[in-house]
Formats: sequence, structure tokens, C-alpha cells
Amino acid sequence: MKRFKGFIKKEFYHIFRDKRSLFILFGMPIAQILLFGFAITNEINNVDIAILDHSKDATTNEIINKIAASEYFSIKQMVTREADIASVFQKGQVKAVLNFEKDFSKNLIKDHKATIQIITDATDPNTANTISNYVSAILQQYQKELNKDITIAYQIVPATRMVYNPELKSVYMFVPGVMTIILMLVSAMMTSISITREKELGTMEILLVSPLKPFQVIIGKVFPYIFLSIINAIVIVMLSIFIFNMPVQGSLVLLALESILFIISALALGILISTISATQQTAMMISLMGLMLPVILLSGFIFPISSMPFPLQIISNIIPAKWFIIIIKGIMLKGVGLEYIWKETLILMGMTVFFIALSVKKYKIRLE
Amino acid sequence: MNNDKVIQVESLTKMFGDFIAVNDITFDVNKGEIFGFLGANGAGKTTAMKMLIGISKPTFGKAHVAGFDVFTDAENIKKNIGYMSQKFALYDDLTVKENITFFGGIYGLSRKRIKEKANTLIEELGLGNVANQLVGSLPLGWKQKLSFSVSLIHDPKIVFLDEPTGGVDPITRRQFWELIYKAANQGTTIFVTTHYMDEAEYCDRVSIMVNGKIEALDTPKKLKEQFKAANMNDVFLKLARG
Repeated sequence: MKRFKGFIKKEFYHIFRDKRSLFILFGMPIAQILLFGFAITNEINNVDIAILDHSKDATTNEIINKIAASEYFSIKQMVTREADIASVFQKGQVKAVLNFEKDFSKNLIKDHKATIQIITDATDPNTANTISNYVSAILQQYQKELNKDITIAYQIVPATRMVYNPELKSVYMFVPGVMTIILMLVSAMMTSISITREKELGTMEILLVSPLKPFQVIIGKVFPYIFLSIINAIVIVMLSIFIFNMPVQGSLVLLALESILFIISALALGILISTISATQQTAMMISLMGLMLPVILLSGFIFPISSMPFPLQIISNIIPAKWFIIIIKGIMLKGVGLEYIWKETLILMGMTVFFIALSVKKYKIRLE
Repeated sequence: MNNDKVIQVESLTKMFGDFIAVNDITFDVNKGEIFGFLGANGAGKTTAMKMLIGISKPTFGKAHVAGFDVFTDAENIKKNIGYMSQKFALYDDLTVKENITFFGGIYGLSRKRIKEKANTLIEELGLGNVANQLVGSLPLGWKQKLSFSVSLIHDPKIVFLDEPTGGVDPITRRQFWELIYKAANQGTTIFVTTHYMDEAEYCDRVSIMVNGKIEALDTPKKLKEQFKAANMNDVFLKLARG
């Protein structure tokens, strides 16, 4: 135990004397959360739009009023001819134009169907998507009101296929993703680098010749990172609670336990990487390409898994981060308990055990 | 078992697949002896040494180090030997004192003992002024001496030195050998690999490995007579050229 303490102390010296480690450990989580929280947002507010109303009847008036009343849009100008649409966009005055067809009200009553064209400036595809989603939402709302006291449903068909996604509405979805990335980064990349550093410097050999057992060396190396990862998770949750007023709906204890499970799986991956790489650079490259990219691209953090091509959906299943994101989204946003996420937890546990077994095996082979 | 023989090796062999890295070597090392383990790069020195220090399993053969079997008792061997690799592996981002404390700690020395050791060691090496400086800021020669002293921190019976004087000037090498003599006089057995042939002359006995086999083993004096050579360098060249 005393040996172990000395080992841990030494490990903390390494971390606290290296500015780069310190930055990755403590600067990165804060920077990422703030960046995702403030700068990168899917919400829209007071977006300038233009209207081209070919009908100018009661129904279109009502819809226009509803849109104008919403906090998301402000109607910048009324266009009178189709030909003007292009120039309005080119001047960059508006992000979208709503084009009501001729005889809107009449069509709605006669055919039970009328069409609005939503033209968006797709140079910024995210905003374009969001705008059309929001307009559709407003239209659906209006449609519901119309249909309330009419037996045969009137249908207003917006010419866009997007379905409104309420989860896209806020910054909240980023917190679980960023937390996943940070934990992966700290646990897997930092440990793999710190173990390969000892290999590179030759100190690993000295440690293996000492009476310390190989597993003691490894545990000594990963322990500080478990500790720091937990601190990081706490910092991230605190930031999201106090800066973004994001409530954690579910149990904090469950959140902590699931996080520790994920941290351990990432650490096992880090050890695995360190057994196959000879230098710190290799370890870093493998961690970045092999772990970070899949976590960012395939875990469902940024790109929804359901809209990926089928082969990628299959691949996403072997990424631990995918399951962790489902778990912590469930706990943080939906407030669910273990009874709803036991399947994902079990999968994550299975993966963790598998990675640990594999890294122990690899590590032993390397010692032979 | 003979108590004067701290290392006993019989027909030790290590194979990597079809490649025989160490081929049936047999030798003894006496207590307090400075034993030079010579050979060109790739001759199998390091592999042989790794088997003796318990980090590589022999394919077959027998070997006892400090009275313990390398096959069954590697853990006990580790407690009784010191090891210094060719990379003088100390932690650059730890101070001189912290390095000593750390290595004393992993060998299970008590806190009091570590303090005593650290003080004598720093004094003997004249490192008083830099005791609280990071090792990374020290010149190579100092690091080497410190690394050697650290490998002796738990008073091992045998210390294994893997090309300890690579890359330093002749004066520093000379000083380093004075440390080795001092340790040997205090009863520590020294097992040292080197490819500096002038250093071979400092050893009590040397063995010369060629292609995984020990081709010669005796005192430097006798080897020179046997091969009718003026110095160890010629002995080595004659052997290596077959």
C-alpha cells in the first residue's frame, strides 16, 4: 500500500508538471462546454424572413400573424413578385421566404388542401433546417386549431419533409456528448500516452524489474486518471447546472456510477492502445483516430444514428460512447432510472469486461 | 549449491520462433565479482540479461540468480537485484530527491531509511546543490551516476548494468567505473554489459558472446594470452571475425 501511494504521488507530479496535460485535463472540458453551450447553438431567434403572399386572404393573414407573433421570426419585408425572391436572398437580408400559393383559403376549403413553399437560404444548412422545422411546427399548430371544430380535416401542406425534433431545440443535448468526449479523452488518451511515455523513456523496464507486479504498475498508472476523470465529470455537470440552468432530472448517484463504468471502459481501451503502440505519438494518433473520431461522428452525439446509412448504424453499436450517451441522456434529460437503461448499462459493462480482458492478455504477451 | 556463486547459468536458451537469440550458454558469476558481458550489437547480450533479471522467460535451460530459480522464483530475484538500463531511466520531471524517494518506495524501503539513503547518496555524489532540481536539467554524466546509485538503493546482492556508459566522455566514464569498484568492494556483484573494450579491461572476468553463444570466458589477462592479443579490442576482433 505504501508503495502504491508513492507511485500515485509520482504520477501526480508528472501530470501537474506538464502544462499540456494540465490544459487537456482542465482547460479542455471548460472550453468545450462553454463553446458548445454559447457559440454552437441550434436555436434560432428573431430570424429575418420575407413573405410572398399570392392570396392575401383571411387564412394567409392569420398564418402570417402567427409567424410574426412568434419569437423565432421577424418579418422583414413583403415580396410581391416571384422574381424578387432571388434578389432578396442575394442581398442577404433574409434567411427564408414563405411563398403562399394563389387562392390559399379557397383551396383549403374546396380541396381541403393548400400549399406553402418554404424557401430557405441553405448556405447555412443547419439554420435552414431549423427554420423549416420551426415554420412547420407553427403551421401544424394552426392546423390543429382549424380542425378542432370541423369534421373533415383541412390540410395545410408545407412543402418540406422535416419532422420537428424537440431535442434539437436546446443546448442541453451537447452536455452529455461533451461529457462523453472529455471522459474518453482524459481516460483513454491520457493513460495510453502516460504508459507509452514510460516505455519510451525506459522507465517501464525499470519498474518491471522492480518487485512491483505488472498489474500494480498499471493500476498505479491509471488510478490518477480515474480520479481526475471523476473530477472532470463533476465540473461538467456543475457547469451545465449553474451556467446553462440545465437540470439533472434523474439520480445523481446513478449518473456517477454510470460515469465511473464508462471511465473504466475508456481506461481499458487506453491500456490496450498503450500495449500496441511504441511511442507517445503513435498512442496519441491511435487514440484520436481510433477513439475520438468515432465518438464524435458515430456515437449519435452530433449526427443522429437513425439517419446514418445502415452499415454505419451497425458499426455504431460497437462504440461504447453510443451506449453511454443514451444512458446519460436518459438520466440527465429524461430523468429515467436504471429500469429504463439496464440494457445499455449491461452492454457497456460487457464491453468494459471485454476490453479489460483483452488488454490484460495483450499486456501479458508483451511481457513474454 | 555453492554460496559463492551468485549467478549460475546452465544451457540457457531463448528462442523467438525459429530464431535462436541465446544459444545454450553456461557460466557462473562469483560473489563480489565484476563480470563483463561483452558482445556486438545483436549478439544476444540484452536477451540473456533480461532472462536473468526476470522479465523474459527462458525457452529452456537452468539459471539461478541470488540463489533463486529464474523459472519459478522471479519475484524473489527482483527483490535482490538492482538494474540500470542503457537509457539511465530516471524521471526527468521529478527532482533528484523525488526520484530517490520514488525508487526507494517501490523497493519497499521505510520512510526513515529512504531519507537516510537520500542524504548519503546526495552527499557522496556531490549533488547537494541540485537535490531539489529536476533531473532533466542535469548533465548526462550526473544522471548516469545518480541512476547507478538509485539501482543500489535497496542494497541488492547483484546489480545488472546494461551498457551504462553509453554516450559520455572518457573522464565521466572513468568516474563511473570508480563508483562500480566502490560497490564491488562493498560486496555487491556487478554484471555489466558494454561494447567499450577498454572497459572490459576493468572487469575481473569477461565473457564474449557471438551470435548467441559464449565464445570465450576468462580474466582479461588470460584471454589476451589465449588469443595472443595486445588488448581486449584485438581479442574481440579475432573472435568476432571467427
